[in-house]
Amino acid sequence: MPIVLYRVDERLVHGQVVIGWGSQLHPDRYVVVDDDLSQSQWEQDLYRLGAGGAEVVFSGCTEARGRLAEWRDAPQRTILLTRDVATMSRLAEGGALNGESIVLGGVHPAPGRREALTYVHLTEKEMADLAVIAAAGADVFGGDLPDSQRVDLDHLRRRWNSSN
Amino acid sequence: MSETGRVRGVIVGHGQMPQGLVDAVRRIAGDAAQALEAVSNDGKGPDLLRSDVDAAAGEGPAIVFVDLQTGSCGAAAAYACRGAERRAVICGVNLPMLLDFVFHRELALDALVTRLVESGRAAIKAAPLAR
Repeated sequence: MPIVLYRVDERLVHGQVVIGWGSQLHPDRYVVVDDDLSQSQWEQDLYRLGAGGAEVVFSGCTEARGRLAEWRDAPQRTILLTRDVATMSRLAEGGALNGESIVLGGVHPAPGRREALTYVHLTEKEMADLAVIAAAGADVFGGDLPDSQRVDLDHLRRRWNSSN
Repeated sequence: MSETGRVRGVIVGHGQMPQGLVDAVRRIAGDAAQALEAVSNDGKGPDLLRSDVDAAAGEGPAIVFVDLQTGSCGAAAAYACRGAERRAVICGVNLPMLLDFVFHRELALDALVTRLVESGRAAIKAAPLAR
């Protein structure tokens, strides 16, 4: 079973993902790719509370790159989450996410970020990283919920440019 | 009664729900609602939400009331209260629980948490209806 959703969302395993996306995609497993969380049992326990009974796997980015094929080939329906663009970008290096769709969700205001969508704010580096991910063959778009309008990367970039 | 030592309440939740609950307490209990502060997750990332909860809880004893245990609000409350002896988190906040809270803030934190969990649960029931 392919990984059914790749998503960048600072909140990781939370209501919008578990209820909004999960009710449509019916995941058996969430894979959280995050170097810090993969070392923190307390935080892992906290995030597991929100998974609605699905398995939650925490993995550092390097380990995750080595396990992508395993997760894609497994029978479980998997949602893969990162909480920042940088981690998704590292995961995508070398075309590892070629042909996959990557949804941008909750990326909130922070110093150096500009609004691309009400729920996506990006720095110049993050916007550049997304372009690299897309150039390597991934379909990158904004979408907070599965029923909301998909916002393609080009459109997202234009809105980001105009929010100077 | 002096505010010293009395427990403060922080309601953290989705959208306008926290402020709505504070407004509801104010309409029923009047100035006692001043013991409550609303923190919405609207437009906030995890770090900002956590720091807002932390600031609202302040230095004294505080209970952070959360709408959903799972998700960004519950996580922010857990992070803000982790390791803090004078803070507690109650998930699944409802209006009866808050009304009980504002009139019993003089209780010790542990006793108050136990009481509020019970009063919040007790308020959830199916109403008897004539058929």
